[in-house]
Amino acid sequence: MSTPEQPDALWRNPEPKKSYDVVIVGGGGHGLATAHYLAKQGITNVAVLERGWLAGGNMARNTTLIRSNYLWDESAAIYEHALKLWEGLEEDLDYPILFSQRGVLNLAHTEQEVRDAVRRVEANRLNGIDAEWLRPDEVAKVCPIVNVSGDIRYPVHGATYQPRAGIAKHDYVAWGFARRADQAGIDLIQDCEVTDFVVDGDRVTGVRTSRGDIGAGTVALCAAGHTSVLLDRLGIRTPLQSHPLQALVSELLEPVHPTIVMSNKVHVYVSQAHKGELVMGAGVDSYNGYGQRGAFHVIERQMAAAVELFPAFARAHLLRSWAGIVDVTPDASPIVGTTPYENVLLNCGWGTGGFKVTPGLGQAFADTIAHGRVHPLLAPFSLDRFVTGALVDEHGAAGVAH
Amino acid sequence: MQLIPCPWCGPREQTEFHYGGQADVAYPDDPAALTDEQWAHFVFFRDNPKGPFAERWFHSAGCRTWFRAVRDTRTYAFLPGSSA
Repeated sequence: MSTPEQPDALWRNPEPKKSYDVVIVGGGGHGLATAHYLAKQGITNVAVLERGWLAGGNMARNTTLIRSNYLWDESAAIYEHALKLWEGLEEDLDYPILFSQRGVLNLAHTEQEVRDAVRRVEANRLNGIDAEWLRPDEVAKVCPIVNVSGDIRYPVHGATYQPRAGIAKHDYVAWGFARRADQAGIDLIQDCEVTDFVVDGDRVTGVRTSRGDIGAGTVALCAAGHTSVLLDRLGIRTPLQSHPLQALVSELLEPVHPTIVMSNKVHVYVSQAHKGELVMGAGVDSYNGYGQRGAFHVIERQMAAAVELFPAFARAHLLRSWAGIVDVTPDASPIVGTTPYENVLLNCGWGTGGFKVTPGLGQAFADTIAHGRVHPLLAPFSLDRFVTGALVDEHGAAGVAH
Repeated sequence: MQLIPCPWCGPREQTEFHYGGQADVAYPDDPAALTDEQWAHFVFFRDNPKGPFAERWFHSAGCRTWFRAVRDTRTYAFLPGSSA
């Protein structure tokens, strides 16, 4: 496995122009992917505005799990669309992203979890997604270090298995998208915080930023945890709640963990990154927070869960932990689509699971911007669903976090 | 660990508490009169400020009182004297 030779710079650092056809607010994975796919549609008079540095928010802090084994048709469709794009992304970006399809096990520890998991496997198969139900002895074959003995507090009764799931190197993904967007002439503008909007009736004609006003034909919001702060300026209410979500890594270890293991019940998920560190995460901290840090008792609980499932990790050392700000919705599904302002498009609410959808969202959101109508894969995720009641309840598949 | 000021018990560790979200969300006087949109806003829509936020907390492992407190979502600090 080789890491890429890095040139001095992968993108320019341009001054903002007076106006753009499309202004994307947020230079994380979703913003950069949207820029890349806009360029593929021939739309290049585009700026991506980032208040910090490119891909320095949740894109730098997530645990890089990629899978599509969601329950409902609407979610399965968009996540599987994304997974298919991941499978060709290195070629598309002409950049290594270390995408490794090592599979994911979602463990079931109770009779009810077994029933839910088998149901999800069947639903996945009907949607053309690779999914299997494994008994405990089969779980041990896929991942020998999982404790499948019967004498633990929550014995493993089985697991769903999606072999095509995997992990990728998140920084390389962001850099790959950024490099392609820059090559196409799109301006990636860092240290440029959007503080307000220039409104004319039911249109937004530009954004006010820490580097001056910038005119915009279309404004596409890709601001994740800070979406509410922006929407407050426009007087748009949403059900979003921003929470800290923590993750952590161990010191570097020899390859011991061949797949990804998630457990909703004991509440942890674990993979081993290419370099050798164990990457772990769990659920959000309970309260709203924009601090990019969380409480240590949350880490302590997920460590207890990890050691129960993987006795071999008992003496591994925690190297560091960190947190991002995730924008969570009541049904654990995203909010994407139109707003009361005709040229402002919304992309938020991916909560704890936005990384896996990066190329799929980028492609469908760019297509939405280019054609002035919401892409069919994104249509079920309108803000309006909280009024109509057409929720896409993915708490089961989103689980311990996505 | 962060201490949360319970109005009855005084400052106690965060793990004794359960979070209740935004405070001051009143049950509608006449629920049947609400439009679908108004009902959705009551059930699902909450403020999500970056800054001071009035919240409900439950001292679940202590005196089991629900109370209101203002906390800054940037620093997580409770505003002095805000619990009641």
